[in-house]
Amino acid sequence: MKIRRWTTVALSGAVLAATAACAPGTASKKNSADEQTGTVKVWLYDEANRAPKEKVVADVIAEFKAAHPKVDVQVSYIPTDAGPRAEKMKGAFNDPNSAPDVVEFGNTDLFGYAAAGGLADITADLASWTEGADLPQDLKDTTVVNGAQFGVPWWIGLRSLYYRTDVFTELGIKAPTSYAELVEAAKKVRAAKPDMLGIAVGGKYTYGGLPFVWAAGGDLAAQNNGAYKAAIDSPQSQAGVKAYTDLFAKDICPPEQCADLTGGKTVEAFAAGKAGMAILPNSSRSAVEAGAAKGKYAVVPLPGQTPGSIAPAFAGGNDLGVMKSSQHRTLAVDFLKVLAGKKYQLAMFDAMGNLPTLASARADVVAKDPFLKPFMDTLNAGTKFVPKDAAWAKIDAQAVVPTLFQKVVTGKADVSGASKEAADAMNAAFGGK
Amino acid sequence: MPATTTSPARADRDDNPGRPRAGAPAAPARRRRRIPVPLVLLLPAAVVLIPLFGYPLYQLGLLSFLDFGQEQASGGVPARFVGLDNYRTLFGDRQFWDVLTQTVVFAGACVVGTLAVGAALAVLLTRVGKWPRLILMFAALGAWAAPAMTGATVWMFLFDTNLGLVNDVLGMDGHNWMYDKWPAFALVGAVVVWHSFPFVMITLYAGIQAIPGSVLEAARLDGASTWTTFRRVMLPMLRPILTIVVIQSVIWDFKVFTQVYVMTNGGGIAGQNLTLNVYAYQKAFAADDYSLGSAIGVVMTLILLAVTAVYIRALRRSGEAL
Repeated sequence: MKIRRWTTVALSGAVLAATAACAPGTASKKNSADEQTGTVKVWLYDEANRAPKEKVVADVIAEFKAAHPKVDVQVSYIPTDAGPRAEKMKGAFNDPNSAPDVVEFGNTDLFGYAAAGGLADITADLASWTEGADLPQDLKDTTVVNGAQFGVPWWIGLRSLYYRTDVFTELGIKAPTSYAELVEAAKKVRAAKPDMLGIAVGGKYTYGGLPFVWAAGGDLAAQNNGAYKAAIDSPQSQAGVKAYTDLFAKDICPPEQCADLTGGKTVEAFAAGKAGMAILPNSSRSAVEAGAAKGKYAVVPLPGQTPGSIAPAFAGGNDLGVMKSSQHRTLAVDFLKVLAGKKYQLAMFDAMGNLPTLASARADVVAKDPFLKPFMDTLNAGTKFVPKDAAWAKIDAQAVVPTLFQKVVTGKADVSGASKEAADAMNAAFGGK
Repeated sequence: MPATTTSPARADRDDNPGRPRAGAPAAPARRRRRIPVPLVLLLPAAVVLIPLFGYPLYQLGLLSFLDFGQEQASGGVPARFVGLDNYRTLFGDRQFWDVLTQTVVFAGACVVGTLAVGAALAVLLTRVGKWPRLILMFAALGAWAAPAMTGATVWMFLFDTNLGLVNDVLGMDGHNWMYDKWPAFALVGAVVVWHSFPFVMITLYAGIQAIPGSVLEAARLDGASTWTTFRRVMLPMLRPILTIVVIQSVIWDFKVFTQVYVMTNGGGIAGQNLTLNVYAYQKAFAADDYSLGSAIGVVMTLILLAVTAVYIRALRRSGEAL
């Protein structure tokens, strides 16, 4: 009786399931539309210090509404952390009804978003945008997939070496010009001030560690006939990984404290006066100015291996795009053009310190702000980017590079073992698994 | 849940006497005589529960046999049936076995910890006066009521590497409690126990209170020591409650997510503190591999179903009504 009862349960369950269910949930293929009235929904990043950004955006909305009186604009600010923001964006892809029209996103996210069918191909829409011609080709390339443009670079972020001028003067150290000098300076700082980190580095700080890999001649992956293959386990890359992870030492940045730090945490440490040096983007200036390190720091390009060389920086930054599911295609593109135009790129620099992408706008701000010089030197020395492939989103989300750093830093694996593992994980992602 | 799922099948069967039923050649007369009124009464619950549990489970199972990522979910790429590929990938991944092992060890330790703390405090509750009892109850209910997120975050404040009260008091500034795998698990486990012992404590306290005083008095009159009374009289009477509490704890602690995710920042340094649930989340939602995440979910469901089956068998064997 018992067994028979269970069989019936299983059977009726199966019957019910088979009748009730179809394929797993795929986004309804709602076609995009081009309505000329209604509300344009915009998602922007919720930066740490948002008020000035909101003010600029309010001006953009005012200007946009003057040209489109019948249209309303609704701006939402979405979290910037990788996990929550990915959830938010995937939600928008899966449910077009709750998706925005215009979005801001990290430039490394573009390839994943494009493959997920989230972003609209706006090549044609931008053809007539005169200001767009001012966009340098290499930046534009970071938004192009198979010849189609999926976004407009809105601002760029470059990382350089911040250091404490007061501490360096007190200890008689000069700003480092090579990796060896960097290590030496970091050790001196920590020896003299045991409550400070020589340099704040983090096991989860991908873009703080990659310049060391690039400086050693290594790379994340190499492209061959359009297909990417991991190169993080090449001898050069391994040397770079070693150079970065060697900074996680008791006499520089103790693993116990630094293995789990993210880029944001290194900003906090430096701003709070707890680190002699840190690898921070130009946009961290306001955070540092708001902390104990205010007025007691200077910036130089992150040194490479040989004296006087500059380690290639990651060409970070954010793009603006239009969602594929948008019901207000033309309006969305129009809003994007205003927001990404020179006038508001300059306003955004004043408000948030976001470095403009338009060449002429950048020349303007660089000329009037000497703070940017080391960042421009870094930019001119050549920058690097992540693989322009949808697989990068997956590699990033799986924390392949942080895991590599953390395994080495905590002694769970040696450089060759950990980088081999990282390469396998990357190749699996490139292979579509 | 198993008790309720049996009802629709039975009710269904008796409502449709004409339906062919292979393997159930019971005489129609007998079937009609036994009108399962209680099962009919359970039908409304089943109507709600089966769609709510059955359908998602079906989708979970289906997904685990497909190649389904974000590109399939929203990018218009057709989903492909890949048979057992996801399971093959999963079982061939050494990390999965590591995660499974540490999940079992972690959950087991949490269950033992929760029961030990809960039972000890339940006994204490019966021995102390009114005010201490009220205070203890209040404190326990506070821990119970605290959302997992809040509790985990507050504990992290206490154990913070540089600014935490614990390091300050112990004079170990700069000590990172989450740096090594097992200390990190121990800390997370402490928070899990802190969150779940009140349920055990209150349930067992109620159970102990329900034991008639005359039984205990009789034992005492027969010359039984406190320990013998506990072992020979109280424990057998508490057995059904204990079984429920153990099974509940096993299921809860095996599935614990919030505390692990929040305290270890999604799995700890280089993923050393992943548990099965967090691992599934990382695969499905961080890495967009919904199908592999589903496969992990199916494996978890099967493991917990096995635990539940053992539980039901144990109950039946001990002659308890389901």
